[in-house]
Amino acid sequence: MFKLWLIPLLPFLGFLINGILGKKLPKLAINAVAVGSVLASFLWVALVVGPSSDWGANKLHAHYFTWIASGNFHVGWDFAVDKLTMIMLMIVTGIGTLIHIYATGYMDHEGGYYRFFAYLNLFMFFMLNLVLAANYLILFVGWEGVGLCSYLLIGFYFHKKSATTAGNKAFIVNRVGDFGFAMAMFLIVIQFGSLDFTPVFTKAPGAPVETLTAIALLMLVGAAGKSAQIPLYVWLPDAMEGPTPVSALIHAATMVTAGVYMCSRSAVIFLHAPAAMDVVALIGLATAVFAATIGITQYDIKKVFAYSTVSQLGYMFLGVGVGAFSAGIWHLMTHAFFKALLFLGAGSVIHACHGEQDMRHMGGLKKYAPWTCIVLACASLAIAGFPGTSGFFSKDAILTAAYEHAPWMFWVGVVTAGMTAFYVWRAFWMTFWGEYRGHGKPHESPMVMLAPLMVLAVLSLGGGFLFNVPEILKDMFPLKEEIPEEHMLMAISVAAGLIGIAMSWYMYVVNQELPGKIANALGGLYRLVDDKYRIDEAYDAAIVEPLIEGSSAVLWKTVDAGIIDGAVNGVGSQARGIGNVLKLIQSGNIRSYATWIVAGSVVIIIVMGIAGGVR
Amino acid sequence: MDPAQVAETLKHGAVPTAWYLALSAVLFVIGVAGFILRRNIITVFMCIELMLNAVNLSFIAFAHEHKQVAGHLFTFFVMVVAAAEAAVGLAIILTVFRNRSTLNIDEIESLKN
Repeated sequence: MFKLWLIPLLPFLGFLINGILGKKLPKLAINAVAVGSVLASFLWVALVVGPSSDWGANKLHAHYFTWIASGNFHVGWDFAVDKLTMIMLMIVTGIGTLIHIYATGYMDHEGGYYRFFAYLNLFMFFMLNLVLAANYLILFVGWEGVGLCSYLLIGFYFHKKSATTAGNKAFIVNRVGDFGFAMAMFLIVIQFGSLDFTPVFTKAPGAPVETLTAIALLMLVGAAGKSAQIPLYVWLPDAMEGPTPVSALIHAATMVTAGVYMCSRSAVIFLHAPAAMDVVALIGLATAVFAATIGITQYDIKKVFAYSTVSQLGYMFLGVGVGAFSAGIWHLMTHAFFKALLFLGAGSVIHACHGEQDMRHMGGLKKYAPWTCIVLACASLAIAGFPGTSGFFSKDAILTAAYEHAPWMFWVGVVTAGMTAFYVWRAFWMTFWGEYRGHGKPHESPMVMLAPLMVLAVLSLGGGFLFNVPEILKDMFPLKEEIPEEHMLMAISVAAGLIGIAMSWYMYVVNQELPGKIANALGGLYRLVDDKYRIDEAYDAAIVEPLIEGSSAVLWKTVDAGIIDGAVNGVGSQARGIGNVLKLIQSGNIRSYATWIVAGSVVIIIVMGIAGGVR
Repeated sequence: MDPAQVAETLKHGAVPTAWYLALSAVLFVIGVAGFILRRNIITVFMCIELMLNAVNLSFIAFAHEHKQVAGHLFTFFVMVVAAAEAAVGLAIILTVFRNRSTLNIDEIESLKN
């Protein structure tokens, strides 16, 4: 067999070794364990599992043990590999390996080196579990595990208050989504009596539409939490408090795409719940536009890319929502290439500028960090959908599918594509063009960081040619037939991207006063967008504050301090009061003691006399 | 107990058990009263001995009445304990007097509160 268990187990062993012994190991050994374990599972996937011909029509399936057995309901620890899983495995282990290599350079000077890699390996374990799962519960185990690792790694700099708060925020917001997912699983069990993918998807077409819609919508809640969609996207921008390799691996390339994967995996359920599909498409589209507008105004280079991630995830959901699952997965893959590259490039830029993240204090870096400049240009071209790059193919596939579904969705998508090109290239120009505005002398990153960037740059440019995902997945998701307007649509979306690039060039290279003037002219609107639409503040006012107020007024001051403490302290003070009275008996006067004894004896004798005495 | 029966018993040279018990009760009450009312430790101590002996008397009376030996045994035990107690108690009283120069029981109250 193909020993599927080996794939997640290798990173888990890495986690155990680095987590338990890491403190005593030299850096070289930590690197070898961390990178080696992920590389080994990548090679296992690519060289052993991948080339097998078995997983075509009937997929690879492995049952390890029964986890839960209750009456007729069984959940086993089952792994399965089909083409969709294969794509995800390649992305997760491939990009994971590159980012692990990069991180050995990036984290070189950081404290808690072994802890970082232990967490990263643990993340790989859970993520691989998630994609390998053959039933919803195992998927959920991975789903929760990656959430845990995300929390641990966002709060990696735990001495920074903002980092721990961001970690908490990510964890708590994800709980809301996970609640939805758990509810969806309960509904699935009630409706289908099983959580295994195969029986559920076989029976799904016969189930009532209302139930399927409810399941799909609850899954969407879960996916929106994990994949940062409206209204649960708020945690992702804050998650940039974590180290940059984490932002690249977890919060751009792999974990946040789990929602898209889950929806595509459950395609059968979604396809039989058209209303839910519309909701998915609308939420995806709204998120794409919304996050893109915020991205335009940000100055923190990682925040720009974070909102870009939210926006691109919106694109994927748009693809899923209009029924183009393979296009969504395609964009998931190309996005993993170019967004990982953008983040790692941003990490390289931050490294070059001695930890500076504000783009207003960068500039002119093309002279100091030429390689970083080149690879970031590749990524920026890809995300802008420049013809021939990987982003061009996947974005075009989604937009075409959106046009077939509803032309207005296409147009909104095109505008978003223009905005995407604008803000990414705005970041590019501000970072690499003009004069250096920061402190110190910037420097190029070491080779160990640049090499993964170059691999990713090649994938960003050529990923569309190399992997034609809709073609690979045509057994699962039938190919769309060509439509006559296709070339025109392609031209329009390319034009939008080029216009975005040109506008950013004009505003941030040629006429640098223009952005300020536009911002002033827009006034309040600009400030609203700059403040991220004050969504965080609104959530604070609507949910967080009432919760804190409620728990402090009711639970803390009334229930805890009033009732519980009152009861405990009351018992104490009552005992003390009784003791104060009783201690008067302890007069120290022997004759009074004797009197008490006599009185007591008399009482006992009288009582016994009345009661009949001892016979 | 009717007087005729008492007279009959006395004629045989024996005292009725009830009389012993009555004497025992009287001695016991005298002991209790002395214990409670007197302040001198020596007197109090003597009252305790009086109570013990009152009880001894009732033990003997019952033992004679029921023709059983258990009462005698108890009495011996009580006497042994009383002897030991007398030794310890008198030693304590001596020490207290040396330290405090008083035998007034009301003034020895250092365990108060």
